Amino acid sequence: MSCSSNGSMDRRSFFRAATGAAGGMAALVAALSPLKSLDTSDFTVEKFLQQHYKELDETEMAKVLDRITKEVEERYKVRPDIRDIKPKDGVEFVYALNLGACIGCRKCVHACVEENNQSRDPEIQYIRVLEMPRGTIDIEKGDHTYDHPKVPKDDHFYMPIQCHQCENPPCTKVCPVEATWTEPDGITVVDYDWCIGCRYCEAACPYFARRFNFTEPSIPKEEVNPTMSYLSNRPRHKGVMEKCHFCLHRTRNGQNPACLEVCPVGARKFGDIKDPNSDVSQVLKHKRVFVLKEEVGTIPRFFYYFDEDYHRSEEKGD
Amino acid sequence: MGAYLVFLKRCFALSFIGDWRYRLWMLLLTVVALLGLNAYCKQLVDGMITTGMTDQVSWGLYIANFTFLVGMAAAAAMMVIPVYIYKKTALHDLVIFGELLAVAAILMCLAFVTVDLGRPDRFMHLFLRFNFPMSMLTWDVVVLNVYLMLNLHICGYLVWCAYKKKKPGKKFYMPFVFLAVFWAISIHTVTAFLYVGLGGRPFWNAAIIAPRFLASAFAAGPAFIILTLQIIRKFTDYNVPDEALALLRRIVTVALTINAFLLGCELFTEFYTGAAHSISAKYLFFGLDNHHGLGRYEALVPWIWSAIGLNTIALLILYTPAVKKVAWLNIACVAMIVGIWIEKGMGLIIPAFIPSPLGEIVEYAPTANEILVCLGIWAFGLLAYTIFVRITIPVLTGKLTYDHSYSLETVGTGESDQKSKETVS
Ligand code: SF4
Ligand code: SF4
Repeated sequence: MSCSSNGSMDRRSFFRAATGAAGGMAALVAALSPLKSLDTSDFTVEKFLQQHYKELDETEMAKVLDRITKEVEERYKVRPDIRDIKPKDGVEFVYALNLGACIGCRKCVHACVEENNQSRDPEIQYIRVLEMPRGTIDIEKGDHTYDHPKVPKDDHFYMPIQCHQCENPPCTKVCPVEATWTEPDGITVVDYDWCIGCRYCEAACPYFARRFNFTEPSIPKEEVNPTMSYLSNRPRHKGVMEKCHFCLHRTRNGQNPACLEVCPVGARKFGDIKDPNSDVSQVLKHKRVFVLKEEVGTIPRFFYYFDEDYHRSEEKGD
Repeated sequence: MGAYLVFLKRCFALSFIGDWRYRLWMLLLTVVALLGLNAYCKQLVDGMITTGMTDQVSWGLYIANFTFLVGMAAAAAMMVIPVYIYKKTALHDLVIFGELLAVAAILMCLAFVTVDLGRPDRFMHLFLRFNFPMSMLTWDVVVLNVYLMLNLHICGYLVWCAYKKKKPGKKFYMPFVFLAVFWAISIHTVTAFLYVGLGGRPFWNAAIIAPRFLASAFAAGPAFIILTLQIIRKFTDYNVPDEALALLRRIVTVALTINAFLLGCELFTEFYTGAAHSISAKYLFFGLDNHHGLGRYEALVPWIWSAIGLNTIALLILYTPAVKKVAWLNIACVAMIVGIWIEKGMGLIIPAFIPSPLGEIVEYAPTANEILVCLGIWAFGLLAYTIFVRITIPVLTGKLTYDHSYSLETVGTGESDQKSKETVS
């Protein structure tokens, strides 16, 4: 066929090849066409070149914070006060939760969402409250979706679960790019600008504490909390992991976490375990505390205890 | 260098040449691959919400396919052992087809990992802060890429030598062949450790996962090559010896038997003791009751039983002496490839997430978009493999050499077969 070295033949096969190539290109362009509606604001050169959190010096961090400020202003029409708040030396944060007091009202769940600028649609919640039948602490028996007009339900107790800020966290160990790590004050954080979204940490966490942004988060403008920090509640984008960070933008400034402040029965205690007078040090010293899933060896910084008396005396006090 | 560019150019041109069946096959694969690309673009725009994954079941079909393909890739290169150790020199070319399959499979693996990332644009963070040796995922990145290089080198070298009509120098490829065998075990094991290393997932946290992974891959990989060889035999003038099929059949039979035995061991430990951690297995094999007594959760049950059914059929065929016919062998191969695909995907990855670590049951079903992306990657992989084989065969049969450009006039003539055999072995 081709050996006939006939001019018209060659021209014909050339045209065939050319139409084939053109058709192929057209099909390729059509296949790529959804990219036209890609929101490119999250793919800027500046962001592409941004270093890992631990490699940013002060001036670079200032630039990054500046960029984020502009972004937030443009998107949510509020001027955020965003900082990079560092941990204090010699502090280790610990949480303790009184299961005897908790009434399962889920106020902490919602306070957390508002404080930390989580996506409202779909709503991302860091805290899960389980409704447990009396007589077991087997979480497999817990109800995640209870929905009664009145809590607490008879013969049930409630077990809120959030990130336990493990001392031996499997989640940070598995991250291929070190986008998540434990800070010196015991808080496990995520650099939202570094995470590649592989979700390996989510598979590794034994407490279901991590949340992935399956789509672009949406927060109504008027609900944005303008007090932000780099490693905690600044707005995230789709495709990255986030999780509870003990409200580090509050707690590193001496405040309590939002979930504690809102709790109507005082079931939550938070503080520095290295300070013998802190609430948590007292609880750990005087109450019989336990941790969830001790057998997985993650050494949580989140303790549970049952203390009915404490609860009742508090109520009498008011 | 110039000669090499000419070689690449000829290969490129060759991948477009073939009869109507070849062109139809390639067109079909291209269309599916483009549909997959289109679906992936949609995922990039809208986020992973286009998949069926959730915070509870955070890995799905992508990682399932990845796991299966790692197995295929490894098994393909392991064919080296019988061929070289037992000095079956007539079968040397088999190794090339196996290793080409490994290359295609690894390319698919890399594609599956990439589409699973929420932020693929940040892949270079891997080079900037590589969490090695802590994260098993970084180990996997290393072993998979090295394995890809090894196989590319071996096939590339052998094919290049045949093209140049040189005798391949043993020291340029034999060490790599054996290294690749060792490496094949490592890609398996590391991938299994990816899951086994997670203490919070009792379903994976079992020592039997790695060996089972190996056994099932040794069945699926060679089964795929059996099918390929027959297609080659049917549509090209390349001479596939019966001995090759017989050898592969033996490998597949042994591997599938071991796999069935290990499955038995696993089922015994999961169910006889009735320990709490067998709840995912219970979900997989029998389904679980809803907490509130409303219906049952049993999305995976039909899958796993079809996998077991398919593998049993394959085993029965392989062990029945009466059915030595190749057609039956092909049925067995298809049955076990599908069976093992289900076992490694729906059966190994997804149940580990159900129930969630807090005991919540959220079931998983892939979305149409997600399935399209998977099909697209498969089409892309098959396209690559078809092209590899398309190029390799004329080179091995001596129809495409440095001094003899392949053209349509030589299609269908097998005159130079003999010559090529000598050059390659
Ligand atoms: S609870 Fe989960 S996310 Fe939090 S530190 Fe432990 S393993 Fe990591
Ligand atoms: S999802 Fe992000 S933080 Fe989690 S392991 Fe992957 S890269 Fe690391």
